[in-house]
Amino acid sequence: MNVIIILIGISIVLAVLFLTAFVLAIKSGQFDDNHSPSIRILLDEKQNKNTSN
Amino acid sequence: MSLEVFKYDNRIVRNFAFATMLWAIVGMLAGVVVAFLMAFPQLLESIGLHTEFTSFGRLRPVHTNAIIFAFVGNGIFTGVYYSLQRLCKARMFSDKLSYIHFWGWQSIIVLAAVTLMMGYTTSKEYAELEWPIDILITIIWVVFGWNMFGTIIKRRESHMYVAIWFYIGTFVTVAVLHLVNSFELPISFMKSYSWYAGVQDALVQWWYGHNAVAFFLTTPYLGIMYYFIPKAANRPVYSYRLSIIHFWALIFIYIWAGPHHLLYTALPDWAQSLGVVFSVMLIAPSWGGMINGLLTLRGAWDKVKTSPVLKFMVVAVTCYGMATFEGPMLSLKNVNAIAHYTDWIVAHVHVGGLGWNGFLTFGMLYWLIPVLFRTELHSKKLANTHFWLGTLGILLYAIPMYWAGFTQGEMWKEFTATGQLKYGFLETVTNLVPFYILRGIGGLFYLSGAIVMVYNLIKTAKQGSFEEETEAQALALKDQEEHGAKHWHSWFEKRPTQMLIGSLVVVLIGGLVEMVPTFLVEENVPTIASVKPYSPLQLEGRDLYIKEGCNSCHSQMIRPFRSEVLRYDPQDLEYSKAGEFVYDHPFLWGSKRTGPDLAREGVTNPDAKWHYVHMLDPRSTSEGSIMPAYPWLLEKQLDTSKTRDKITAMRTLGVPYPEGFEEIALDSLQREAQGIANELKKSQINTYADREIIALIAYLKKLGTDIKVKDK
Repeated sequence: MNVIIILIGISIVLAVLFLTAFVLAIKSGQFDDNHSPSIRILLDEKQNKNTSN
Repeated sequence: MSLEVFKYDNRIVRNFAFATMLWAIVGMLAGVVVAFLMAFPQLLESIGLHTEFTSFGRLRPVHTNAIIFAFVGNGIFTGVYYSLQRLCKARMFSDKLSYIHFWGWQSIIVLAAVTLMMGYTTSKEYAELEWPIDILITIIWVVFGWNMFGTIIKRRESHMYVAIWFYIGTFVTVAVLHLVNSFELPISFMKSYSWYAGVQDALVQWWYGHNAVAFFLTTPYLGIMYYFIPKAANRPVYSYRLSIIHFWALIFIYIWAGPHHLLYTALPDWAQSLGVVFSVMLIAPSWGGMINGLLTLRGAWDKVKTSPVLKFMVVAVTCYGMATFEGPMLSLKNVNAIAHYTDWIVAHVHVGGLGWNGFLTFGMLYWLIPVLFRTELHSKKLANTHFWLGTLGILLYAIPMYWAGFTQGEMWKEFTATGQLKYGFLETVTNLVPFYILRGIGGLFYLSGAIVMVYNLIKTAKQGSFEEETEAQALALKDQEEHGAKHWHSWFEKRPTQMLIGSLVVVLIGGLVEMVPTFLVEENVPTIASVKPYSPLQLEGRDLYIKEGCNSCHSQMIRPFRSEVLRYDPQDLEYSKAGEFVYDHPFLWGSKRTGPDLAREGVTNPDAKWHYVHMLDPRSTSEGSIMPAYPWLLEKQLDTSKTRDKITAMRTLGVPYPEGFEEIALDSLQREAQGIANELKKSQINTYADREIIALIAYLKKLGTDIKVKDK
C-alpha cells in the first residue's frame, strides 16, 4: 500500500499549497472586507437590462 | 491616475456556450441510448445497428465522458470565461490561448468519442482515454490555466471574488489528479498499462474518480453559482463570509474522501475509515454552500416565480443539497453495504448530474445568451416547458433508480429459512427491467427539454445582435494601491517569456515530485504465493475484457459478506484478498454489478462451451439476461502482434515473468489457445484457435483459480 503514502503526500502538498494561498490571501487583505465584494460584482459598467428574465 | 479602457472578449464565451449546447444533446442522447439498452439489450440489433462500436460497454464511457468533459466541461469554460473577465476587470490574458483552448478541447472530445467507440480504453472510469489523448488534455489544461492566471495577474480589481478562488482550486487540483491517475506505460500508440496494480491502482483511480466529481463537477460549478445566481437575481450573495469559509473548508476536506468508493473491498480498513470520516465531514461545507446559494434569493422569491433562469438555479442548488446529503450517508459503511454496486449509486450521481450540473448550466445559458446577444429570451414559455420537462425527467429518472437499487441490494442479501440465497442473480436483474424502462423515459423527458432549450436559445441569438466585445473601464491596479506597494508578481507581469518559463518549471517540479516516489515504490501488498501472472493468452483475453468494457457491468470484488461469498464462491466461501490482484495493471474491480461478479468465474463456471454460446447469444444460456451479444468476438482474429511487447511491459511494471519469456510467449499463447479450441470441439463447437473469443475464455477460466491451488 505504498501508493497511499504517495497519495497522502500529494494531498498534503496540495493542502499546504492551499493553506499558503489562504494565509497569503489573508495577509494581503483579500478577506478584510466581507461585504462590498458581493455587491460590487452586481455593478457592471453597462447595467444589464435583463437581470432576470 | 489613469482610467483604462478595455474590452471583454465575448466571442470565446459564445463559442463555449454553443459547444455546451451541442455536447449536451450528444451526451444526453448517448445516455438515453445506453439507458434503453439496459431494458432492451437487443434494441440496436432489431434496427441493425448492433456492431462492436455501438455495444453497451463502449457506449457507456462515451456517455459519461460526453456529459462530464464535453457538456459540463464546456459549461465550466463558458462560465469562467464570462465571469473571470468581469471579476478581474480585464480582458482574457491572450485571445490566442483562448482560441487554442477552445479548439483543443473540442478536438479532445471528438477524439475521445471516436477512440472509445473503437475500443481504445484504459478501463479507468472517467479516465478511459488512452495516453496520447491524456497528454493532449494536459497541454490544453495548461493552456487554460496559463490564460486564467494571466488574466488574474493583470486584473484591475485587487479583491479576488470568491468565484475566482473556486476556479483556481479547480485548475490546480484537476491538473494534479489527471497527472497522477494517468500514469501509464505505453505499449503502442493507443494502448497502455496502468503503472499501478490491483489495490494500489484502485485507490489511485478512486482518489481521482471522487475528486473528478469534486473538482470538475462541483468546485467550478460553485464558482458559477456564486457569480450567476447573484447576477440573475440582482442581489448579493447571502453571506460573502460564508462563501469564503465554504471554499476553503470544501477543498481541504474533499481530497481525502476518495476511499469511500472502495468500502468493504480489499483496500486496508484504516484507509476505508479515513475516507468515511472525511466524507461525513463534507456535509458541513457542502450544506453551507447550498444554504448560501438558496438564501441569496431571500426576499426575491417573487422573482423565482417568473424567471425561468432562477427556477433552474433553485432546483440546481436544491439538487446539490440533496446529493451532498446523500453522499455522506452513502459513505457510511452500513448504508454502502446495500447501495454499492446497485442503481442507487446511479440515481445518486444523476441527481448531481441532471439536477446540479444540468440545471445550473441551463440557468446560466438562459441568462447569458440574451445578454451576449443584447436581446430578450425568445420564448419564456418554452423555457418554462423545458423546466418542467427537465424536472419531471429528473424525478422519473431518480425515483425508479432508487427503488431499483434498494430492491436489488436487499434481494442480493436475502436468505431462505434454511440459509440458502433466496434469489439467483439473474432474478434480481430481470426484476429491474420495468425500472430501467421508466428511467429511460425520464432520460427522454430530460433530453427533449434540452432540445427545446437549444431551439429557444438559437432563436434568441438570431433575433438579437451579438456583441463581440463589451467595453469597460477601470483604474489600473497599480494606481489603486497606496504608496505604489509592489506585488511579487509585478516582475512576471512585464515579462511574458519569463512567466512561461516559470510556469513550465513549476509544472516540471510538480511532475518530478510525483514521479520520483512512484519509481521508488516497492510493493508491500501481502502476496499470495500461488497467485501467478497471466499467461500470454489470458493477458490478451484480459485486454479484450477491457476493450469491450466488461467492467462497466461486472465487478471482480467479492465483499466479505455471507451473501456474497455464498453467491460467488460457494466452494470455499472466500472473499477477495488484496494479494489476488498484484499483477492486475489496471485493476478491474468495477463499480456496478449489472451482471454478476466474476472474481471467481474460473472456479464456478470454467465451461468453455458455456462462455462461447453465452457471448454469441447471452439469452440462450441465461433466460432474460440483459447482456449484449458479442458475435464479433467469435469471428475476429486475435491480434498477437503486441503480445511480446505486452509481456516485456508487464515485466517493467514488476510482474515476474521469467527472463526471455517474451520470446516464447507466442508459442505459449498458441498452445493454450489450441487447448481451448480442442475443449470446444469436444462439445461440438468447431472454431479456430486464433479467434478473440478463445483469449477471452482463457481469461475467464483463469479468474479466481490461483487461490484454489490447494484443492487440486
